[in-house]
Amino acid sequence: MIAETRTACFDSLTLDCGEALAPVEVAYETYGQLNSARSNAICVCHALTGDAHAAGISHADGKPGWWDSMIGPGKAFDTDKYFVICSNVLGGCRGTTGPSSTNPATGKPYAMAFPVITIPDMVRLQKMLIERLGIERLLAVTGGSMGGMQALQWAAAYPETVVSAIPIATTARHSAQQIAFNEVGRQAIMADLDWNDGNYYDSNPPARGLAVARMVGHITYMSDESMREKFGRRLRDKETFGFDFSVDFEVESYLRYRGTQFVSRFDANSYLYITKAMDYFDLANGAGSLANAFRSGNTRYLAISFTSDWLYPSYQLVEVVQALRSMNRDVAYCELPSNYGHDAFLVDVGEQTEVVRGFLAATFKARA
Amino acid sequence: MPASAETRRKPFVRDILGRSDYAIIGELVEPDARVLDLGCGEGELLQWLAENKHVEGRGIEIDGPKVQRAIARGVSVYQGDIDEGLSGFPDASFDYIILSQTLQETRRPLAVLEEMLRVGRHAIVAFPNFGHWSVRLSMLWQGRAPRTKCFPHEWYNSPNIHFLTIRDFEALARDQHWTVDRKIFTSGHRVGTFLANLMAETAVFLVRR
Repeated sequence: MIAETRTACFDSLTLDCGEALAPVEVAYETYGQLNSARSNAICVCHALTGDAHAAGISHADGKPGWWDSMIGPGKAFDTDKYFVICSNVLGGCRGTTGPSSTNPATGKPYAMAFPVITIPDMVRLQKMLIERLGIERLLAVTGGSMGGMQALQWAAAYPETVVSAIPIATTARHSAQQIAFNEVGRQAIMADLDWNDGNYYDSNPPARGLAVARMVGHITYMSDESMREKFGRRLRDKETFGFDFSVDFEVESYLRYRGTQFVSRFDANSYLYITKAMDYFDLANGAGSLANAFRSGNTRYLAISFTSDWLYPSYQLVEVVQALRSMNRDVAYCELPSNYGHDAFLVDVGEQTEVVRGFLAATFKARA
Repeated sequence: MPASAETRRKPFVRDILGRSDYAIIGELVEPDARVLDLGCGEGELLQWLAENKHVEGRGIEIDGPKVQRAIARGVSVYQGDIDEGLSGFPDASFDYIILSQTLQETRRPLAVLEEMLRVGRHAIVAFPNFGHWSVRLSMLWQGRAPRTKCFPHEWYNSPNIHFLTIRDFEALARDQHWTVDRKIFTSGHRVGTFLANLMAETAVFLVRR
């Protein structure tokens, strides 16, 4: 399956902060065919550092999509049956308008003049894209981590559009711990002198700061068990300690590699804006309570968490499920066993595939 | 109404999915009802009720692999503990709450029953009868914790922690002023009321507050 990223352009988008972005571009990919009843569309939302390339092999660089294990012919999101759409989020740096895009007022990149965006803003833009594609109802909206926040926001804000929602390894609001890790990432970027108050687009980007942010992120995506299994205390290409501060341990090498690699594909300012959007997100805001956020519609829900995910622990999704239950919503929930920590939704997809496949088939049969 | 008259007339009950208690529950549940099955396992009964009675079903099950198989077959099941599981549900949000062969495994059976009667307009409770003659004989002759067809476990690995007989349940219902709308007693596939507390292996009660 060869995938190609396309771009849709919109005149303007009004944001929660009160400002408007004009114009706005969205990068997106689609897989499978929209049926004649237009009832088989699934919107997949990506996590913090993902992009529109969710599945298949990229036409541009030959790389597989970030959720290729879940989307494709015969997979959980079966592209022989369903039409899958994934777009890069607002504020991103992979084709959708973000801080690295050109500010029409100045002809230069927005940098820190980019308005602060929210998860609801991201979803509002996705809805514009869906409508542009001629889709009125989504069979499902899904995603893990920040993608799951968007799935919840979709269902809460547009219950008439969302037939079912599949939030995975996510929460309706960040805890202090989650905000804290994001803040460490942001501070690492802003402490890098190359950050230069966000104005680095015509010089060196804050590569060291962004790499450190990514290293911290990676630690939170794994688990104690998965790190022990993957690295243990093994040394990297040496028999004994170097007695210096070059790389000694495998885990150091891995984190440094991941950090440096990340810098080549991600914009530091996007990292600041998107993590802030995650921290601001609170589904109960404006609704009075979390339960009230789900007061209308008859969206079906499948919530999935993972046993070893300590970044988005199960209790957070259980809280969402309790709120849904108190509103008599149709909700299924399971905590899948995995040693992979938060990364499980991307890499440990065996059981996840079975529950998603069955849930989607039943939803399609009953509601499409 | 026709369903219950039917059950009363027939001296035998058929199986649904290999279980006679499912067949009785299947007849007690009215079509198009909202049903919550506590300890629903892999959701077989809920799926049967959805397909044959068009009920809107939900389940609660604590065993992860069973929950996964239930969701995979399209049933909305929530992974959780029924001892603490119903607090989030509004009053009377279901027509029937089913508790099949699980009451004797709960830590606080009375609390579970009270919650069932709060959240459901009716409760359907099926349990193995500890008053059955085989249990009494097993205890009397061997002087050991009874092991019978319905209570096959050794005392140290049994999931059953609160044993009850038909008379125990009836006494509780009386004390709590619950209304028992129907009670069906079976031994194998035979339905009967004669010396029920001695002869019945399984009891099914349809109760409301």
